[in-house]
Amino acid sequence: MTSHAQTLSTAQDIHAPRVRLWRAALYLTLTALAGVMLVPFIWMVSTSLTQDQYVLSATPSLIPNPATLGSYQKLLDLLNIGGMFVNSLFVAVLTTAGQVLTSSMAAYAFARMRWRGRDVVFALYLITLMVPAQVTIVPLFILMRLFGWVNTYQALILPGLFSAFGTFLLRQAFLTIPREIEEAAFIDGASHWTIFRRVVLPLVKPGLATLTVFSFMGSWNAYLWPLFVARQDSMLTLPVGLARLHGQYLTQWNLVMAGAVISIIPILIVYLFAQRAFVRGIALSGLKG
Amino acid sequence: MYLAGERRWRKTGWVLLFLAPSLAGLILFTLGPILASLGLTLFQWDLIRPLEFVGLDNFREIFASGEFWSALSHTLYFVIGYIPLVMLLALGVALLLNQRVRGLALYRTAFFIPVVSSWVVISLLGKWAFNPRYGLVNYALGLVGVQGPNWLFSSRWAMPAIILTSVWKDIGFVMVMFLAGLQSIPHEYREASALDGAQAWNHFRWITLPLLSPTTFFALIISLIASFQVFDQVWIMSETGTKSATTVLVQQIVQNAFSYGRMGTAAALSWVLFAFIFAITLVQLRLQRRWVAYD
Repeated sequence: MTSHAQTLSTAQDIHAPRVRLWRAALYLTLTALAGVMLVPFIWMVSTSLTQDQYVLSATPSLIPNPATLGSYQKLLDLLNIGGMFVNSLFVAVLTTAGQVLTSSMAAYAFARMRWRGRDVVFALYLITLMVPAQVTIVPLFILMRLFGWVNTYQALILPGLFSAFGTFLLRQAFLTIPREIEEAAFIDGASHWTIFRRVVLPLVKPGLATLTVFSFMGSWNAYLWPLFVARQDSMLTLPVGLARLHGQYLTQWNLVMAGAVISIIPILIVYLFAQRAFVRGIALSGLKG
Repeated sequence: MYLAGERRWRKTGWVLLFLAPSLAGLILFTLGPILASLGLTLFQWDLIRPLEFVGLDNFREIFASGEFWSALSHTLYFVIGYIPLVMLLALGVALLLNQRVRGLALYRTAFFIPVVSSWVVISLLGKWAFNPRYGLVNYALGLVGVQGPNWLFSSRWAMPAIILTSVWKDIGFVMVMFLAGLQSIPHEYREASALDGAQAWNHFRWITLPLLSPTTFFALIISLIASFQVFDQVWIMSETGTKSATTVLVQQIVQNAFSYGRMGTAAALSWVLFAFIFAITLVQLRLQRRWVAYD
């Protein structure tokens, strides 16, 4: 009742001059702030389209004149950005698929099955969430050397195939499903696997979408781990390759920015199609890539 | 009896089937390395010669070295500069976006593009934008009559440039948390837009802010933990000449493991970092009783 009355009164207030002034100021401020966020990206695209001799200019311009695709051409022809792109995509897709699969299966065991030692094992998962990646990275690198996996896809993919965080996230989602739903299926003679695939998973689609976009983003953007294990040219992923490119062509910002544009496009597409999953993920849990 | 036994076995089989892939990964790639890292702190190893037991010498050396203390102070400088800026700006933007703004998704996207971009892209773009001669930042400063500093080429301004770049990337991330918090405030407590300045401030200070405090607390903890682990942007943005003014803790871990072949020192440093993060999280959890209001 109260909230209804309040909405009504605000609706009338919108026509008051003071409120209109305030709304105008609000949109102006927001647009200015959004501009500050976006201008560097426009400049990134503009730099990437600039010819070599105009890159170092004292008056930066947001529209390149004359524009050229020369930097993109050079990246593709000489610097094998295509290979890095394929590596990144291959690693990100497999990592994401693996993480969603192993996490949802483990989450099912934790949320929908009763077994001895369950809480102890789950506590182990929670403990690992607290330890920062930097603690495990040195022994993990040594392990990769031991296996002879440095500079292989195994090193880039296998350690990322499971996620304690993903398991935790999906366990919480599974817990919200009422028991009666699967009991009915059990009586019909369905196995655990059928119930997992056909009954439980479809009910947690938002959770799965959130985990999918965040594990893709995490893998696509990863820098520290690939920096350790992908050092040969043929194994470079985009972030590592891009940083190295900058090291080699210090003043050729058009080249570096073209690489940045190429690396940003796929993740932007994923974001545009899955905005809600991103926003929900952060709002719920403060996931970080 | 026989039947019950068989049923138990079948049940164990199912549990193993569902759990094994994830648990194997956890043990091999996380729990194992955590224990190995703990053990490694007591040794010195360059990966070539045999392991050498050194007891607590790694820790002693770390605390006796000037490098560690300067890396710690740079990390703290980053945290102290970054946290208030990102929290205040994100809260401000969230408050603005919470005013029933039309085109919310569009504005949110503008703040979110840096969030989904990789740190490598953001760092390279930051480095280009803060270029003292050709960069966007000093050009913009010049337009309002300010002669910009040398940023990453100056020991004094390198860290501020890195902090500003990081704030620019993360505003959208923290803002979304605040926005969710604001939107969960019950309608009865929402601001009527007809409030004048003083009333609006009082409403914000005594009603909105306390109701938002669980979100603020959560965002603070997440940002603090992440900011102690700062690495990518410092590693990429630092210029050779100013590295001594920006080296952070994680960078020391990487350098010890990579460049100096001192795995034991790297492992010990990573536990020192973890201890810091752990201690600060504990302090935060203690302090929360004073300012966080749960319903």
